[in-house]
Formats: sequence, C-alpha cells, structure tokens
Amino acid sequence: MSVLQFFLQNRGQVLELTLEHLWMVGLSTLFATLIGIPLGILIAHRPVYNKPVLAGANIIQTIPSLALFGFLLPLPWLGARADRLAILALTLYALLPIIRNTYTGIRGIEPAVLEAGRGMGLTESQLLRQVELPLALNVILSGVRTAVVISIGLATIAAAIGAGGLGEFIFRGLAMVDNRVILAGAIPAALLALLADVGVGWLERRLQPR
Amino acid sequence: MEESAPVIEICDVSCSVGGNDVLRGLTLQVERGEIMVLLGRSGSGKTTTLKLINRLVSPTSGEIRVHGVPTSQSDVIQLRRGIGYVIQDVGLFPHFTIEKNIGLVPRIEGWPAKRIGERVQELLKLVGLSQDIGPRYPHQLSGGQRQRVGVARALAADPEILLMDEPFGALDPLTRDELQKEFLSLQRKLRKTVVFVTHDLREAMRLGSRIALMEAGKLVTVLTPGEFVQSEDPLASAYVRAFGDGLLSSVNRGTS
Repeated sequence: MSVLQFFLQNRGQVLELTLEHLWMVGLSTLFATLIGIPLGILIAHRPVYNKPVLAGANIIQTIPSLALFGFLLPLPWLGARADRLAILALTLYALLPIIRNTYTGIRGIEPAVLEAGRGMGLTESQLLRQVELPLALNVILSGVRTAVVISIGLATIAAAIGAGGLGEFIFRGLAMVDNRVILAGAIPAALLALLADVGVGWLERRLQPR
Repeated sequence: MEESAPVIEICDVSCSVGGNDVLRGLTLQVERGEIMVLLGRSGSGKTTTLKLINRLVSPTSGEIRVHGVPTSQSDVIQLRRGIGYVIQDVGLFPHFTIEKNIGLVPRIEGWPAKRIGERVQELLKLVGLSQDIGPRYPHQLSGGQRQRVGVARALAADPEILLMDEPFGALDPLTRDELQKEFLSLQRKLRKTVVFVTHDLREAMRLGSRIALMEAGKLVTVLTPGEFVQSEDPLASAYVRAFGDGLLSSVNRGTS
C-alpha cells in the first residue's frame, strides 16, 4: 500500500488533523502578531527596552520545543488542555521574528521622512499610523511569514503532548516504524508551510509601499 | 499685536546636546516678510537654530517667541502646523502620491476633500509643476521636482512662517539656480516670513534680506547682503574672499 493509498483511505482524518494544525498555527500567529508588533514598536521608539525585550524573545527560541511544552504543563487553565498549551508555546516561539522585523522595519525608515513628518506637525500617533507602520509593513509581514513557516513545523511536535495536528501521524508512524504514516503527516505539513510562505509573500508584495 | 513686532524672536538662547554646547547666548529677531538667512559652516548651529523655532529642538536656556508667544507655552502640534518646514533631503512620504504628500497637513487639519484637491492643484501650479504629476509617487520624480513638491507641501496650509534647511543644497547648479529664482518670485507674491539655512554665501546674497552669520554656536553679526560684502568683520570678509569676485552681481537688490 502506497502513501497515496493510505492518504485516500484516511482522508477524513488527514483533513481533521490538518484543520487542527491550522487552528493551532493560526491562533498562535494571531496572538504573536498582536503582542509582537506593539513590542516591536515600543523598542523602536524606546531604545532602553530594546535589549531586555529582544533578549527575552531570543531566550525563548533557545528552549527546545519539547522541553517548553513540558515546562508549560503545570500552568493552571492552560495546562488543562493540550491544544491551549501548544498554542501558547507556538505564540512564544513566533514572537522573535515578529518583534525583530517590526523593530527593523521602523528603524529602517529614512530619518528625513520622520523629521519632515514631525516638522509638519504630525502627532506621534499620526506619524505611527500614517507613516511608520505603512512603510515598515512589508518588513513586518516578512517577519510574520517566517513565524508562520516555523510554527507549522513546530506544531507537529505538539502531538507529543496530545495536542493533535499533523504531528499525530508522524509520532504514530515513528511508533509503528511505518514511513507511510510518517509521510501522511509530514507531506501535508510541508505543503501547508509552502502555501503559507507563498500566501504571505503575495500579501507582502501586494501591500508593498512604492 | 502691532504690525511691526518681529514674527520670530530668539532671546538669549543656549542649547546643549549631550553635554556639547551647540548654541550659546543667541539673540535674533526675524521681521515679518523678510528672508533671514542663517549662514555658517557645518556645526555652527544654524540648523539647531532653525529647529528651535518649530521645537524639534528645545533650548537649554532662553526663550523663543513666535508671534509674541513663547513656544514653550504653545501647543507644539499647532505651532508646527503653522510653520512650513522644508529640508534638504525633502523627506517626501514615499508611500503617498504627490497629491497626498502635499495635502497631508490640510487633511489632518480636517479640510473637506474638495478644498484639499483645489489647494493641491493651486500649489502644483504655484511651484511650477504640471498638474498631471499629482497621482505619481516621489520616486518617479527628479530631484528638482521633488524639492518643488517639498516647498508646495510646506505651503499647503498657508503658514505665515517658512523654515528652510538647505533646501537647494543637493541639487545640480542649474536646477538650483532655477529654484532660487522661482523661490524669489514666489516670495514676492507670498511675503512669508522665511528663515533659510545655507552654507553657500552666493545663495545667501541672492536670497537674503538679511544674513545672520554664525560660527561655533554663536551669532557673529547680522548684515544685509550689501553690508556683508563691505564688512570689516574678519569672518564675513573671509567668506567674501573665499567666494571670490562676482559676488556683488548676485546681491539681492530689494526683492524682499
């Protein structure tokens, strides 16, 4: 029986696990964006916070993912359900590329543009909304793109703590020493990563400032 | 406020940035409708002086008054919206069209769209640009065109004061000459109170009603272009010598 046959026979489950996978990645990316962009803006404007914030996000990246899932288990409420834990862990991992790219994007804006904006009497919030964020947008989006692609790969490990997703097939296949089952998880995950990369990349080009 | 009161008064202002004295005891008054040129080499404090007026820089001591009101007491956003600001690097917003760039201050001031549109067309014409340039983006324009847009944008909300920081410094000599000429004829129509920073004596002579010569954070002297060429002041005469002959021919003769 080939991988394709296994796939077709289990297509219901493949679909279900893919949706679970997307759910985890989607929510964690959303949370990471909601936290990461404001943090990136903060450190771009207040350099004193730069080191602690980036160091924090960097340290999270160095924790092996299995260990992080384990660390988070004792947390109240979150620890009660594996998918909550997985989403939290994925959010933490996705923070670094989003914070760093937001920071880089804003700091990369030509100083003359900001000076002209201030000199014309834009308030700091007008400057942020009308100038800084639009001009930094494609750099920020490329950070989101990195975060999504990494998360899709990392989310397969969430199956180890019972959070579901395409990692189920991979772990089951490993236990059964059956490559077809591993591939039934790995191929859709890889395809998702590629699709996300192309999709956000397209958005990035669409929204590129001239 | 009486008609003769200076529009901008800088009173005994000192300014230090990071422990360095950038300005020391500067006192200068700019009269309504004149072009006050701040002349000096890099680091003489002329740009800092300019930025004190729209509060991009705050003084360490002393006071700046605009229309008689100390700038430290006025709302900084309102102060800046009433002062046009043109810089050498122009600083057009690259993601806005030319129209949007010029119309930005009127837009945030809440003008109706129709009036903004009319104003933008009027300004494009005023600075000698064709109307069909409006929908384009800054990167599609030449340096000279961009600087004209910069001037148009500064004039958008019809401010009474115009601050210009080496606006023509990065242009080629021909374009610079053209823009200086046009700026003078524009000024004859508009009669703004202008503070103009340059290190180019020729430009100072041509545009200035008066020239404030600065050196190492201090004001050396304030002279009309005519007085400047005959000045006994060592620094002023050093400038005149450095620029050589032919200066007299470029003196501003009663254009403002």
